Amino acid sequence: MSYQFNFSAVLGYWPLVWTGVLVTLRLAFFSTIFGFTLGTLCALGRTSGSASLQRVIAVYVEVIRNTPLIIQAYFLIFGLSSVGVRWPIEVGATLALVINIGAYTTEIMRAGIESVRKTQLEAAECLGLNRWQTFIHIVLRPAMERVYPALTGQYVLLMLVTSILSSVGVEELFGIANRIQTETYRNFEVFIVLGFAYLVLSLFVRFVFYLLGLVLFPRRRKLGTAL
Amino acid sequence: MNWQQAYFLLQGLWGTIVLSLLTFLFGGILAFVLALTRISPLVPLRFLAATYIQIIQGIPLLVIMGICYFGPAIVGGYDMPALAAATLAMTVYSAAFLADIWRSALQAVPKPQWEAAECLGLTRWQRMRQVIIPQAIRISTPPTVGFMVQIIKNTSIASLVIGYSELGYFAKLLNNSTFQPFLFFGAAAALYFIISYPLSVGSRVLERKLNAANR
Repeated sequence: MSYQFNFSAVLGYWPLVWTGVLVTLRLAFFSTIFGFTLGTLCALGRTSGSASLQRVIAVYVEVIRNTPLIIQAYFLIFGLSSVGVRWPIEVGATLALVINIGAYTTEIMRAGIESVRKTQLEAAECLGLNRWQTFIHIVLRPAMERVYPALTGQYVLLMLVTSILSSVGVEELFGIANRIQTETYRNFEVFIVLGFAYLVLSLFVRFVFYLLGLVLFPRRRKLGTAL
Repeated sequence: MNWQQAYFLLQGLWGTIVLSLLTFLFGGILAFVLALTRISPLVPLRFLAATYIQIIQGIPLLVIMGICYFGPAIVGGYDMPALAAATLAMTVYSAAFLADIWRSALQAVPKPQWEAAECLGLTRWQRMRQVIIPQAIRISTPPTVGFMVQIIKNTSIASLVIGYSELGYFAKLLNNSTFQPFLFFGAAAALYFIISYPLSVGSRVLERKLNAANR
C-alpha cells in the first residue's frame, strides 16, 4: 500500500465546505418545516376529508413513495425549466424535497392521528373545547408525540438525502465536495471528510429534534418517559 | 418516444433490477449477521454492531458510494467495476437499516419463548434456529418486503458517483439529447412505480395476513 493520504489539501477548503454545510442545513430546515405542514394537512385530509380528497391524497402518497427522489427532482426541475419557469435552483430543490417528504410525513402523521381514541374527542366536546382547540390539544399534539421518533428518523434521512440534489446543481455540501475533488484529485480523502461531516450533521439534527421534543411535549418530560 | 429510446429505458430497468437483487442478497446476509451480533450476549460485539449501524445511518448513501468506489483502488491498487462498487456500497448501506428491522423482529418474539427454549435445554443456536427465527421471520416479513422498495429506489443514485448505468442514468441521458424531461422522467418514474408498487401493496397485505393472531 503506497498511497499517501493527504487531508491537508482537502481541509484547506474549509471556508467553502462551511458554505456547503449552511446550504445543506437551509435545504433541510425549509423542507422540514414545509414538508411537515404539507404532510400534516394531507394526513388530516386522508383521515377526515371527503372521499375524493382521500383518493387524491392516497395517489399522491403512493406515487411519491414508490418512485425515487432523484427522478422526482429531475421531473420537477428540468420539466419546469423546459416550460419556461425560472427560479433559483435552491427553490426548486426545496420544492422537490417538500413534495417528497410531505408524502412520508402524511403516512407517519396518519398513523398518529388514527391512534387518537374517539373517546378523547368526545371528552373534548364535553369539556366545551372548540374545533381548533380540539385539533391542537387533543389530536395534533398527542398524535405527534406518539410518532415523534419516526418523524425524527425521517427528517434526519431527509437532511442526508439533500446530497442527491447536488446532481441538479445545488451547491450544498456534496456539490461543494464535488468541486473540491475536481480541483485536488483527492477523491478518497474528500469522501472521508464528507462522511465525517455528515455524521456530525446528523448528530446535530438529532440533538435539535431532541431539544424540540422536550419543548413540545412537556408531559413526557414530567412523566419521565423517554422520547 | 421511439423504439430505440424505449429499449434504452428497459436496459436501464434491467440494470436497476440486477443491482437491487444483488443488494438484497448480500445486504441480507450482512444484515442477518449484524442483527444477531446486535443482540449477542457479548457486550463488545453488541457495541461494534451498534456503532456500525449508527455510523452508516448517519452518512448519505452517495458518500458511502464514493468511499466504496475510490477506497478499494487505494487499498488494493485496483479499480472497482461499477457494478461491484455499487453492490458493495448498497450492501453496506442497506444492511445497516435491514439489521435494525430484523433485530427488532427478533426482540419482538415474546420473552417466554426464549426462556422456554432455554428450559428445554436447547443450545443457543438451536434456540435461535428452531424457536426464535421462525417466529421472527413472520414478524419481519412485511417490513422487509417494504424495505425492498427502498433498495430499488436507492439504486437510482448509483450512476451519480460510480457511473453505474441504471434506469435513472438512461432517463437523464435521453433527456439530455432530446430535452423532453416530462416524457422521459415520467416514463422512468412509471417504470420504478411498476416494480415498487406491487411490493408496497404486498407488504401491507402480508402485514394484515401474518398479523391475524393479534387482531
